[in-house]
Formats: sequence, C-alpha cells, structure tokens
Amino acid sequence: MSEGLGASLPIDAPRAEDRVRSVVTEGRAVRWVLTSLAIVFLALFLVLPLFTVFAQALARGWGAYLAAFREPDALSAIRLTLTVAAIAVPFNLVFGVAAAWAIAKFEFAGKSLLITLIDLPFSVSPVVSGMIYVLIFGSQGLFGAFFIEHGIQIIFAVPGIVLATIFVTFPFVARELIPLMQEQGTTDEEAALTLGASGFHAFLTVTLPNIRWGLLYSVLLCNARAMGEFGAVSVVSGHIRGLTNTLPLHVEILYNEYNFVAAFAVASLLAGLALVTLLVKSILEWRYAGDLAAGARH
Amino acid sequence: MRAGELLGLLGPSGSGKTTLLRIIAGLDFPDRGRILFGGDDATGLPVQQRAVGFVFQHYALFKHMSVADNIAYGLNARKRADRPAKAEIRRRVGDLLDLIKLSGFADRYPSQLSGGQRQRIALARALAVEPRVLLLDEPFGALDAQVRKDLRRWLREIHDRTGQTTIFVTHDQDEALELSDRVAVLDRGRLEQVGTPDEVQDNPASATVLRFLGDAIELEAIAEGGRVLVDGKPTPVAAPRGAVGPVKLFVRPWQLQFADPAESHLGGTVRASHRSQGRQRIEVAPADGRHLVVEDFDGERYAAGQPVGLRINGGYVFA
Amino acid sequence: MVDAPRPKRHFRRPSVIPGFGLTFGYTLTCLSLIVLLPLAALVVKSSEIGLSGIVAVATDPRVASALRVSFGVSLLAALTASVFGFIVAWVLSRYRFPGRKIVDAVVDLPFALPTAVAGIALASLYAPTGLVGAQLAKLGIQAAYTPLGIFIAMVFIGLPFAVRTVQPLITEIDKEVEEASATLGATRRMTLVRVVLPPLIPAVLTGFALAFARGVGEYGSIIFIAGNLPYVSEIAPLLIVIKLSEFDYAGAAAIATIMLAISFLTLLAINLIQAWSRRRFGYV
Repeated sequence: MSEGLGASLPIDAPRAEDRVRSVVTEGRAVRWVLTSLAIVFLALFLVLPLFTVFAQALARGWGAYLAAFREPDALSAIRLTLTVAAIAVPFNLVFGVAAAWAIAKFEFAGKSLLITLIDLPFSVSPVVSGMIYVLIFGSQGLFGAFFIEHGIQIIFAVPGIVLATIFVTFPFVARELIPLMQEQGTTDEEAALTLGASGFHAFLTVTLPNIRWGLLYSVLLCNARAMGEFGAVSVVSGHIRGLTNTLPLHVEILYNEYNFVAAFAVASLLAGLALVTLLVKSILEWRYAGDLAAGARH
Repeated sequence: MRAGELLGLLGPSGSGKTTLLRIIAGLDFPDRGRILFGGDDATGLPVQQRAVGFVFQHYALFKHMSVADNIAYGLNARKRADRPAKAEIRRRVGDLLDLIKLSGFADRYPSQLSGGQRQRIALARALAVEPRVLLLDEPFGALDAQVRKDLRRWLREIHDRTGQTTIFVTHDQDEALELSDRVAVLDRGRLEQVGTPDEVQDNPASATVLRFLGDAIELEAIAEGGRVLVDGKPTPVAAPRGAVGPVKLFVRPWQLQFADPAESHLGGTVRASHRSQGRQRIEVAPADGRHLVVEDFDGERYAAGQPVGLRINGGYVFA
Repeated sequence: MVDAPRPKRHFRRPSVIPGFGLTFGYTLTCLSLIVLLPLAALVVKSSEIGLSGIVAVATDPRVASALRVSFGVSLLAALTASVFGFIVAWVLSRYRFPGRKIVDAVVDLPFALPTAVAGIALASLYAPTGLVGAQLAKLGIQAAYTPLGIFIAMVFIGLPFAVRTVQPLITEIDKEVEEASATLGATRRMTLVRVVLPPLIPAVLTGFALAFARGVGEYGSIIFIAGNLPYVSEIAPLLIVIKLSEFDYAGAAAIATIMLAISFLTLLAINLIQAWSRRRFGYV
C-alpha cells in the first residue's frame, strides 16, 4: 500500500485574512457575543458612573457648577488637598527610590520579607489605616496624653491627614521601581563606576534616565490616590469645615447636605484628575511599555 | 512524498519551510494549491481531522499535565465511540514511553524535564494518535550541540523502527543530509529541488541549492566544445548541453588543488592557513582582490605571502 | 600552616555599588515609623483587649451582622467580578476590535477614581430616582440602601483586580500549545477546557482573593449607596468609624483585628496558591 503526500507549490507567507480562519480562536459568533458582553458590562458598571458625575454636576447649568468653586470651604479643601499631596508624594518618591536602590541593586538576607512589609499598606482597609494613627495620637491613644501636654495636635489636624495619606500611598513608587530596577540589573552602574563616576553621579546620569518613565508612572498613580483618598483621611480628619476637609471629604459633606450639584461639581474635579491620570498612564503603557516594570499595573 | 519516508525540508530562515509544514498540518491556509494525503484532498479538512502528528519547535507541552496525560491527550480527545478503553490508553502510553526510553517518567511534569526529554515527550504525544504523517518543526533547534547529535541518531532509529512517514524542517544542512531519506530544498517559498542527500549534493538543481549546501566560489568561465574553460585552459567540468560562451562556474573549496603555474587555472598568494581536525583551510588572495578558500588534507604547510597556483578539479555550471 | 580563609556568611553579598547603608537605613526607618509602629499600636491595643474581648465584640449582634454583610457580600461580589473580569481579560487580550485600547484603559477607572466620587455616583445612579435605579424599581428591585447596593459597589471596586491578574497570563499563553491540542484532534471547546483554562486557575483565584480583600476593607464607594441600616446594610469598616467617633477605641480595634486577620489569611492563601502553582508547573 502506498500513501503519497504532496503540496502544490509555490506558497507565500500567510496573509492577514488567513488569521480569520485561525484554529486558535473561537467562532465569529462567540467572539462577537463575548466582546459585546464585556463592552456592555464595562459601560454599565464603570463608564456610566463616571458619566453621571459630570451629568449631575452640570444638571443646573454652568452657573450653578461654577458657584460650587466660589465657596471659601471648597477653595480651602482644594488648598488642603494640594498641600497634602505636595508633602506625601515627594516623601514617597524619595522613599521609593531609596528602597528600590537598596532592594534591587543589592543581595541581602530578608529581602522578600522587606518587600512584603512595604506592600503591607495595600492590604489594609483604608479605615484601619486611619485608625492606627488615632490609636497612637488620639486623645485616648498610646501617646495622646504626651502630645496634648505639649500642645501638638495631630489627629483632627493636617499632620494626621498627611500621615494617613503617606501610609495609604506608601508602596506605590517602591513597588513599581523595585521590579523595574531588578530587571535592569547593575551592569550599567558598574560600567559607570569603572569609568570613574562617583556613586551619586552614576545614579543621576545612568540609573535615573533608565527609570524615568517608571518613576513618572508611579508618581502619577501615587498622586491620584493621595488626592482621592477618603476612608483613611476621613477617620483622622475630624471633618472641620475650612480647616481639615480635603476634596473627597468636602464631597461627602455636600452630598450629605443634599447639595448634589455642588457635591458633583467638586467630584467632577476629582473625576477629571482620574481621567487625566488614566490618559497619561495609558499613553505611558503604550509608548514606553518596555521602560515600565512588567505587569506592574495597579 | 513516499510512504514511510523521512523527508527533510531544508532552507534558509524565511524560506517558507515552517509555513509549508503548518499548511500541511492545517494550521495555516494556502493561497492556492492543494494538500493531498494519499489520493484524498485534505485542503478543506480542519486540523482536528487531518490525523497529523505535529512536533513544535518549542514542544508546546501542556505544562499542567503529567507526562502520561500529555501523551494520552490525543487519545482522550477522541469521540467516545472511537476512544480506546482506559486500560488500552495506559498500555499505549507505556509502550510509547518505552520507545522514547523515558519509562519511569509517566508522573513527572514537563517543568521537571530537560530540553531533550521534553522533545522526546512531544514526539511520543504526536505518535500516540498514529498520524498519517509526522511533522517536526526544527525538532532540534532549541537544544545544545551534544544533545542535538544524540537525538538526531535516536530519531533516525525511531523512524527505522516505526516506519512512520515523517517530514521535518531544518535550516541546518548537516542535519538534513544526515537524517533524511530525501531532502527538499526551499528558497523564498519556492521548491528548488527534491532528492536524496547524494542527488542534491552531486547534482544541485540551481545555484541557490548549491550555495545553501556549502561554501562555493563563483568564477567567470567560458563554455566551449562541451567543456568549461577558465583562463583559457580546459577544466574537467562538462558544459551544459548547448551552452556556448561565458558561464558561471561554482567550485567547492575541496575541488581546488595546488598545482604548478603551467597547470593552474588560478593564481595568487597565500594569506593565511588554519588547521582543524586533520584538514587545513588555506586562504588565497588572487590578483583581482577576491578571497578564495582552498581545503586540503593537513599535509604540506603554506606560509603567508607564498605565491601559489590552483587547479580546478571539479565544479558546477547551471544553464 | 595557615588555614585557607573560610568564606564567611554575610548579611549582604559584597558589591562595588555604593549607597547600601544609606538607602537601606532610610528604607527601614521610614517603614518602621510610617507602617510598622502604627500597625504595632493596633496589635498592642488588641492584646490589651485580649482574645476574649475580641470574641465579645465579634459576637455583639450588630458587629456580627456587619461582619457577615462585609464578608458575605464581598464573597459574592468577588465571584461576580472574577467571572466578568475573566471575560473582559479574554476579550481584551485575544480579540481585536476598534476601541480596544480605550476599553482596556477604562478597566483601570476604579483604581483612578476616588472612592468617594465613585460612591456618590453609584448612589445617585441606583437610587430609586436614579437612571438605573428607576428601571430596577419598575422590576420591583431596590438596589440603593440594600445589600444589593453594597454588592454593586464591591463589584465596581474589585473588577480591575480580577481583570489585571488574569490578563497578562492570557496574553502570554503560547499559541503553539493550542495548536498542538488541535493537531491532536481536540475540538476548540476541548482545547479551552483542558488546555487553556487549567493553567489560568491560580491567577483567577489570586484575582478573586484580591477583589475579595479589597471589598471587605472598602469604605468610600460603599457608604453612600449602602444606606447603612444597622443589621441590614451596615458594613464593618463603617462600624469602626462609628466606634472611633464614640471614642470606643477598644471596640474599633477589635473589629479591625478581625478584619486584618481575615485579610492576612487571604494574602496567605494567595501566596500558597502561587507557591503550589510554581512548584507543580513551574509558573505562577
């Protein structure tokens, strides 16, 4: 018995349309149903709420919208939010770079434990994050008496808000930079050192350019969370209007007072910030995917 | 292609050999032309029904399945009516493990195996479905040199024992010439030549085939009276029928021999020589600035700068 | 005779790169002051109360009900987020359609949108007078101010975790493995069930656990839509806030300890899943 097998030639490289018949995908109908399902689900659950924010904010026209920002309490909330972010973000930036340098460029015992500990704030409920500072600095707290004696107010004041914000955003920069710098290794820095650069000079001229997009990416996300944090800040702030209200807390107060237009107007500011963050984040991911830590999405 | 034969698809990267293999398997689709299995047209047949065994370059083992489950996969995938009984499947898996000499490995996972072992498991998995044709895509491409040599010999043995009709793709001439019953040389999607290793080496069908099978120098020559002349002197190379006038002569390094200037077709000075494994390669620079390599037994040594003459003992001319 | 110097076990492998002492010291200092000491305060506080005290708080009917709502609803929400998250991840990494990149970016919205903003938006959408709430009301369903509202908010907040843990793995699937399955005669459905899905299970479980942990701890996006009726739609984090405002630090610490214990167990579970997967199959 003879079995012959032949293919008529010549053959060309497979063309794009052949992919449609690929054996490694589902039928057209299944693809269509799944895609529609995913899009409808995301539109209903994620996009519609975002749309609502702007729709409600403008429900009584631009006049009412803008009036929300003329209020002194709103302005002081904006000021406080910016102040808190201006302290918390640089703090975590410096911390993140230092931690990533120590962890990524050196081998030492207990490294993975250290990484786990740095990640800890991500797995703590925001409310608990605020609470731990109340337990320390509150009037009934561990060191509360000491601070009251010396006239230092931390809880229900700006320092408490800053501390709680630093806590919840603590891992952002470190967690992006550690894998990124681990991927990059130490050869670049070693090359710079053999060429006579000082350690700090090598950091500025070799390391920093290598991590700049990852740094920007993580600072962006850190900032979004710092300005938007609600639970932790709510616990330590005391909700004193004009003094310890950040933007998210101001939104809450306005909403609870049934001042919906003003609440959504202020919320739209934060939603705008979220949109800008998403946009820049996406651009960084499309353009500079190679310069970000693999799979480091938050 | 003949039944029971081991056919090597040889070609440079990008020549379309993997694509051809994938088209035969039903993983890609031809723009035109048909795929025939025996007398049957398989062009429209989906990959699941083609009964091919495909061994992927990177093995594509199922990492979450044990070795035994990997090998049994194709049998378990059959419709209930065609599926062998559990005991029968277990027996077949055991036989195949014996065949690939990995009998104790049934319960291991692919991540616990070496590259060569994974390669053999992939082969057993493809053989388990008793394919009409076994297709191997660069079967040794991802292995280091020693393992590669051992597996080559082993694959030949397996083929001799099973008589399985097999096509394998490679870009390595030595591999194709050593393993295959017949070699098919592909270039840029065109089939240049099919023949036994001896046929393609002795009578390459085109300059492309010739170049791909080894080093060759290209010389301007004249065809006259059925002979090829270089520098006005006749060579042992016969001119193609009917060819008269300028032709291109291709000469292998071992078809050049050092000779007296009177008997030489070429002349030049020695640039350097290297010895390796009982042979020597001598680089010769002719006056026209080109670069020739002569291969010879490791005998007389040649010093750099020494003038030499070269006689052509053989070569190839294409119409 | 002199003994050859024996290699000493160092805390740190020697390196020519400078700055270890400075950066390591700074890292430890910050970590201790910002994270470890405050968390230790919680441990101190809860050890003051003791196990019996924690049990007493946990068995208080209102607290027990809040914990049940938080964990029960979060479980359901994480399940839902995992199912839809898988579909979204599959569609985004496997199919090409116009606007895919925008859809991909939208998935991260719950990460970027402040929780309070999400909270009031969801509340106004699902209120009986809201865009979606009015439609649901016609069907006799009330979402806002019920556990269903909590569920919606938790799905919102958990979805990105479910998508982003599975998506990179789907993208990395070796197409050759699927082709291998096809050449061995498997139908597309069989390839999906036997070859494609099993390796993804650890990632799906991880995403589920992350969404679950996040849902349990979530506060801002829930309190507006929940209605916060004691025994019905009051969540555990809210109870902590209430206890703190009443200066009942011990009660708040007890609830927080229970929540932390459970989220650490969840984290432990994730690590075990990943360790098992790595040992068995050589990947996470």
